Amino acid sequence: MAVAATSETGARPSRAGRRLAAPAWVGTVPFLAYVAIFLLWPTGIVVVDSLKNPNGAWAFSNVTELGNSLVRGYFIGSFKLCLLSSVSGAVLGAILAYAIASGNPDGTVRRLYLAVSGVLSQFGGVTLAFAFLVTIGPVGLLFHASWYYDFPWGIGLIYTYFQIPLMVLVFLPAIDGVKVQWREASENLGASAWQYWRYVGGPLLMPAFLGGLLLLFANALSAFATIEAWENQIAYIVPQQISTALSSEVGLSNVNVADLLALGMVVMVAIVMTGYALLQRRAARWLR
Amino acid sequence: MKLSYRYAAAGVAAAALFAAAGCSSSSSSGSGGSSVNWANETSASAGGGMSALVKAAKAEGTLNVIALPPTWANYGTIISTFEKDYGIKVNSALPDGTSQQEVDAVKTENGTSKAPDVVDIGMAVALANTSLFAPYEVSTWSSIPTAQKAPNGLWVQDYGGYMAVGYSSKFGTITSLNDLLSPKFKNAVALNGNPTSANAALNGVMMASLAEGGSASNIADGVSFFQKLKAAGNFSPVSATGATIKAGTTPVVFNWDYLNLGSYVGVSNWKVFIPSNAVLGGYYAQAINKNAPHPAAARLWEEFLYSQSATGGQNLWLQGGARPVEQTAMTSNGSIDTSAASKLPSVTGTPTFLSPTQATDAANYLAANWAKAVS
Repeated sequence: MAVAATSETGARPSRAGRRLAAPAWVGTVPFLAYVAIFLLWPTGIVVVDSLKNPNGAWAFSNVTELGNSLVRGYFIGSFKLCLLSSVSGAVLGAILAYAIASGNPDGTVRRLYLAVSGVLSQFGGVTLAFAFLVTIGPVGLLFHASWYYDFPWGIGLIYTYFQIPLMVLVFLPAIDGVKVQWREASENLGASAWQYWRYVGGPLLMPAFLGGLLLLFANALSAFATIEAWENQIAYIVPQQISTALSSEVGLSNVNVADLLALGMVVMVAIVMTGYALLQRRAARWLR
Repeated sequence: MKLSYRYAAAGVAAAALFAAAGCSSSSSSGSGGSSVNWANETSASAGGGMSALVKAAKAEGTLNVIALPPTWANYGTIISTFEKDYGIKVNSALPDGTSQQEVDAVKTENGTSKAPDVVDIGMAVALANTSLFAPYEVSTWSSIPTAQKAPNGLWVQDYGGYMAVGYSSKFGTITSLNDLLSPKFKNAVALNGNPTSANAALNGVMMASLAEGGSASNIADGVSFFQKLKAAGNFSPVSATGATIKAGTTPVVFNWDYLNLGSYVGVSNWKVFIPSNAVLGGYYAQAINKNAPHPAAARLWEEFLYSQSATGGQNLWLQGGARPVEQTAMTSNGSIDTSAASKLPSVTGTPTFLSPTQATDAANYLAANWAKAVS
C-alpha cells in the first residue's frame, strides 16, 4: 500500500508537492470503513456465533447440522427457487430489454417501460403475494390453477414479477451499447441473423447478461417476505428456516442455528460468485 | 423578566427536592412511601398496599409493554383504560411481535429505559425463561387455579381459549374434522402459521391429532391428518390473516377461538367449530421483567389485568372473546360480565391442556416430520 502511495505522489507534477500531500489510499477509507462496518463485521459475527452454543461456549459440532437432511432440503429449495426465477427472469428480461432498445430511444413506450420497471423491480413482499392471491388465488378474480402452491413453480412465477423488470433495468444499458453499424457490417459481409448473434451480439452481451443473472440470483436468495406471505406453513427455503430458528414460540428457537444457516447462505453465494467469475472470464475472453 | 422567571423556577425545584428528601426520610420508618423498592416486592400488600403501589407507579409515569396487538383479545381497550385510570403512559412496542421476540427484547434492552416491563408470552417461552422474571402475586391470587400459575408467581396464566376451526358459512355446517377432506374444501384449509414456529399452529395440528383419536402425548396423528388434507388438495399453505379471510382466500382457518370469531376477523358469514372430542385449551402467561425500568408500574399493570372489576383486565379480555384465567371464580362470585360470557363459542367435552413435556415432544416431532408430510 505504502509503496503504491509513494509512486503515485512521485508521479505527480512538482507543483502538486506544495499542496497538503495525502497518500492516495486515503480516498478509499470511507469505502473500506463502510465495507468493514456493514459487511465484514456482521459476517464475522455470523461466523463466530454459528460455532457457539446458546450459552456462549464454543460448539464446533454445530457444523454437523448442515449435513442434516432437513437442512440440506432448505438449501436445495433455495437453490431451485433462485435458479428458476433468475434464469427465467434473466432470459425474459433480456428479450424485453432488446425489444425496448429496438424502439424509438426517445419514445413514450421506452420511457413508460423504464418507469414501470423501476417501480415493479421493487414490488415484492406481502403486497405482491396478496396481489397474486386475489387475482389468481383459490378464489382469484381471473382464474385459478392448483399448481400455484407447488414449490418452486408457483412462487417462482411470482418472483419473476420483480425479476424481469430488474433485468430490464440492468441489461438495457448493455443493449444500448451495441451499435447498429456492427449489425450492418456483419450483414454486408454476408452473415445470417444467427451468425450475427452467435459471433458478434452474443459474445458482446454475454458478460452483462451473466452479471444480471447473478444479481437476480442473489436478489431471489435474500427475498423472504413474499414467500412467507404466499406459503408460510411450510419452510421451503433457508430464510424461512432462519426465521423459525430466530422466533419459534414452541421452543425450537436457536440463534446459533440461525447464524449457521446464514453462514451456509454466505457460502452458497461465494460458490455462485466463483462460478460467475469463471464464466465471466470465459465470456469476456475476447476483450483481453 | 425571563431571567428572573428561570431563577424562580430553580428555587421552586430546589424547595420541592428538599421537601421530597424530607418526606422520604420521615416516612422510611412509616408505612410504604417512596423508599419502597418495588422491584423486590412480591405483592402489593408487602410493599405497603394498593394506594402506595398506585402512587409509586404514577411517579414512574410510564409503562413499557411489547407485542400486544390492539385488536388481539381487546388489548387496545385494555391499554387505553389503564392509561385513563392511572394517568400512566403506555409505550407499546412491536405490536405484532412473537413471544420469543418479547424475551429477546428483555435480554437485549436489559438496563435501558426502553426494556419491556412486562411480557405476555406462550407457555413454552415462559417456562424456558423464568430466570428473567420477578415473582409477584396479584391481589386476586387465590382466584387463579393452582395449575395455571407458578407457585411463587414467576409467571401467571392470564387468558386463553380453545382451538377452533373458523369457516365461511358457504360450506354449510361442519360436524367433524373429517368433513374437511371433502372436495368442496379444495385449497381452503389453513393453519395460522408454521407449526414449528407458531404456537397456535402447533395446537391446530394437536387438535387434529386429538380429533383423530390420538393423545396429547403424540401429535403424529395430527401430522398425518394434514398429510391427508394435502393429498386431497385441500391444504392451503397461505398465511391466514384478516385480509386473506376477508378476500376469501383462506375460508377455513385453525386458530384460537378468540382470534377466530366472526366479530374478530370482521366477516359476517363466519362460523366456529370446536370438535367435542378434541377440546384443546391454551393460555398465555404474564410475567414481570425482574430488571423492569418501571417496577411499580409493571406491578400495577398486573393488578389491573387480574382485577375482577367491571372495567378490569379480566372482564376486558372476556369482552375481546378470550377466556380470562379467573373466569370460574368470577362466575361464582358474580363479578363476570355475563353478556360477554354468553357470546363465547359453546364447548362440550373435557378440555385438554398440554403439559410442558407434551408441548416440547410435539414441537420436536414437528421439527423432524412436518415439512416432509405436507410439502
